[in-house]
Amino acid sequence: MRPSKLALTAGYTALILISALFVIPFVWLLRSSLMDLSQIFTMPPEWIPKPFHWDNFRRALTTLPFGTFFTNTFVIVIGVLVGTVATSSIAAFGFARIPWRGREAVFAVLMSGMMLPAAVTMIPSFLGWKALGFYDTYYPLIVPAYFGGGIFNIFLLRQFYLTIPRDFDEAAFVDGATYFQIYARIILPLSRSVLIVVALFSFLGTWNDFMGPLIYLKSDRLFTLALGLQMFQGTYSAQWDLLMAASAAVVLPCVVVFLIGQRYFLEGITLTGLKG
Amino acid sequence: MRKGLFYGLLFTSPAILGFVLFTLGPMVASLALSLTDYNVFKEQTSFVGLTNYAKLFSGEDELFYQSLGVTFYFVALRVPAVIVISFVVALLLNMNVKGRAFFRTIIYLPSIVPAVASAMIWMWLLNPDLGLINSALRWLHLPTSNWLYSEGSVIPSVVLTTLWGIGGTVIIFLAGLSGIPKPYYEAIEVDGGGWYSKLRHITIPMVTPTIFFNTVMAIIGSFQVFNEAYILTQGGPNNRSLFYVFYLWRTAFRDTEMGYASALAWVLFVIILFFTYIVFRTSKSWVYYEGGERA
Repeated sequence: MRPSKLALTAGYTALILISALFVIPFVWLLRSSLMDLSQIFTMPPEWIPKPFHWDNFRRALTTLPFGTFFTNTFVIVIGVLVGTVATSSIAAFGFARIPWRGREAVFAVLMSGMMLPAAVTMIPSFLGWKALGFYDTYYPLIVPAYFGGGIFNIFLLRQFYLTIPRDFDEAAFVDGATYFQIYARIILPLSRSVLIVVALFSFLGTWNDFMGPLIYLKSDRLFTLALGLQMFQGTYSAQWDLLMAASAAVVLPCVVVFLIGQRYFLEGITLTGLKG
Repeated sequence: MRKGLFYGLLFTSPAILGFVLFTLGPMVASLALSLTDYNVFKEQTSFVGLTNYAKLFSGEDELFYQSLGVTFYFVALRVPAVIVISFVVALLLNMNVKGRAFFRTIIYLPSIVPAVASAMIWMWLLNPDLGLINSALRWLHLPTSNWLYSEGSVIPSVVLTTLWGIGGTVIIFLAGLSGIPKPYYEAIEVDGGGWYSKLRHITIPMVTPTIFFNTVMAIIGSFQVFNEAYILTQGGPNNRSLFYVFYLWRTAFRDTEMGYASALAWVLFVIILFFTYIVFRTSKSWVYYEGGERA
């Protein structure tokens, strides 16, 4: 379809306005993170820091041990990411490429678990981990990823595996290949892009998780960036310069990861929505 | 293919085990807990039957009804806003304009910002005295608001902050829109129809499955909002943003009333199931599937 010139101009204008609304919070974050307090509070607001207070970042990130928080977050993210990618792809293979009785029923049951609010499983899970002596450790945050890596990821991978032609498997079978060989030699190499999608989602999901660390971690030295930032806000509530610098430092890795993996993200979300 | 069942179970066993350990088990345990007066700091725990549920619905716990009301209000405000705005933005992105990929990136980017950081940014933007939004309103000689700090405006303000993160929904709509075959539009053009006819008779009917999917996801997500309540408002002012899951968390982990909180969790589960069911039931009359297949 070819919209009229007028419609196109109107749509273009609307798009620019909406994009501006989406960008302004980022700009506001960045400009505040580089100003001193007196300039932050000037009315009407100024947009260009004068001078640039790069020092805010150093001050913000050393006021609390953000280096430790960063390392902690990184440890959890890597732990979760490895478990998720490994076990979800194995499970998805079992649901997409191996015919067995009851497969669809089992898959449907697992999928129904997505409907269950996290609030329902939260309390018994907490009590269980606590009884095992793992309260205030990373185990409750990392270990579940090694058991299938979340049904959503299995679903995503299964969707993708179903699109790979069956002939591949059958030819391999004739040559005497086992399921493990088919998985490792045929399916895995073909699904690099969708595995990246799962890894990216898992990275962001873990990096951004707030409730998990809030429930399971008590000691400051184990805190993640999300918890650290929240703690910072509680302690330095009116220090908008430092608060914005700390926030920007927490946001930045996500933005970088997103921009690098952008293509995969959009593919992944599309894969979810279309055949759901 | 031999031994399908053995290998099938072998490959899926981590996931099945995970489901039993981290979903089914806790689910059953939660139901059992909800029938007890379990409290971490109490010596004894006894079976109390449906007492927790009776307490919830008898009106004895005013905060329960308060949190329910707050959450319903939030869902009622947020779900339509998310759907309508995402759809409009997706329509705009679907035009063949220059820099489409660039705009798409901008719209999606906020949805990857960690909730805590997003909350910090919005607290600062919505700050009544020094925030950007009130400054802009003052500059335009428009009335300002106390946003997160006044009873009447706190929920709409929280909705506003979450609308920044609609990027994922937009992308799903965009995928739905790009799946519409071009000849359909050409048929309307041949008949002399304009953009409105196209929207009304082709675009909207063809994306109803996507609208359906996004609505279900938005409902499930909105009922469970927690981070915003915890970070932005702590339930205030005067419990006007006492979101359900925040109240549940507080009951379980601050007041350590875990039996009672489990009952709260089950009520939420039933509510979510009920609304999802309603959407599914009505979907037959408004969701159009090409080729007549059903969801």
